[in-house]
Amino acid sequence: MSLLSFCEWLAATPGSIALHESHYLYLIVLTVHVMTLCVFAGTAVLLNLRLVGVTMLRVPVSELMARLLPWTVAGFAVMVISGSLLFYAAPLDKYGNLFFRTKMGLLVLAGLSVWAFYKTAYRSVVEWDSSPVPPGRARVAGCAGLILLAAIIAAGRMIPYQTYWFE
Amino acid sequence: MSLLDLFQWFEYSSLLVEMRSSPWLFPIIATIHLLGLAVIGGAVLIVDLRLLGLGLSRQSPAQLARDVEPLLRGSLVVMLATGLLLLMCFATKYYYLTAFWVKLASLCLVLIFMFTIRRRLIMTSEMKVSAIRSRLVGLVSLSLWVSVVLAGRLIGFP
Repeated sequence: MSLLSFCEWLAATPGSIALHESHYLYLIVLTVHVMTLCVFAGTAVLLNLRLVGVTMLRVPVSELMARLLPWTVAGFAVMVISGSLLFYAAPLDKYGNLFFRTKMGLLVLAGLSVWAFYKTAYRSVVEWDSSPVPPGRARVAGCAGLILLAAIIAAGRMIPYQTYWFE
Repeated sequence: MSLLDLFQWFEYSSLLVEMRSSPWLFPIIATIHLLGLAVIGGAVLIVDLRLLGLGLSRQSPAQLARDVEPLLRGSLVVMLATGLLLLMCFATKYYYLTAFWVKLASLCLVLIFMFTIRRRLIMTSEMKVSAIRSRLVGLVSLSLWVSVVLAGRLIGFP
């Protein structure tokens, strides 16, 4: 089953049609997606800025992560659920949308960069936990996180404007 | 000059007419506005969570607030500048939208609240502030911001 035929099948399910036609429920899901952005991206920005050495310099990195990451993760979970519902409401529109495809690609990249951070820089965190400016590899991870976050938000915001750009 | 005249002047000023002639300018400004929301969200949330007894707990609210002050100010400037441009793109429409005026009112309230009551509480030594008062201030601040974002989202609805 190709991705396109999966989207076609999904678009024909009663739930997808109901959500697509519901108007209010769809707008509520969209609102939840945007509101949760403040929690998810807000805490993620702070964590990445700490890695770069810009903010919260007197707070050890491991402490900031321990106290803030649960909010980031919870926010991300709500983003994924509400985002999946938004996709579910219009699978074929999203399938053909270049900004949506870009956003999904960037999300995979962001996941890889978080994984790489844990596999490399974060392993030696005890050595630089309290230093205001973390070592190069951690700063690179922070920079990558910030750029990917901004790109993901921008790509997501552009999804409804595909026709302006390409048609 | 009435408020409506002002809003119409916003929308039909030569700068704005030129801006609207390129259809992608509004989405780009809206995107910058959204990026600013992420930063201001973090800067507000970390202090308000602390006031509620959540998030970072070993640092004083004063220290956290000082740490994120540049982020807060920077993102606020970006938000206000891009917000004004967004308003100017569709000023006459916004004039008739309740959500727009709700957003403006809650924004004014929250800014006044943040730079008076909230700031004074944060800068007061923690020993002298009761947990209930600090929680209340955190809750009011968060609720007002939620109302700003919610009303802001409603403005864009069909």
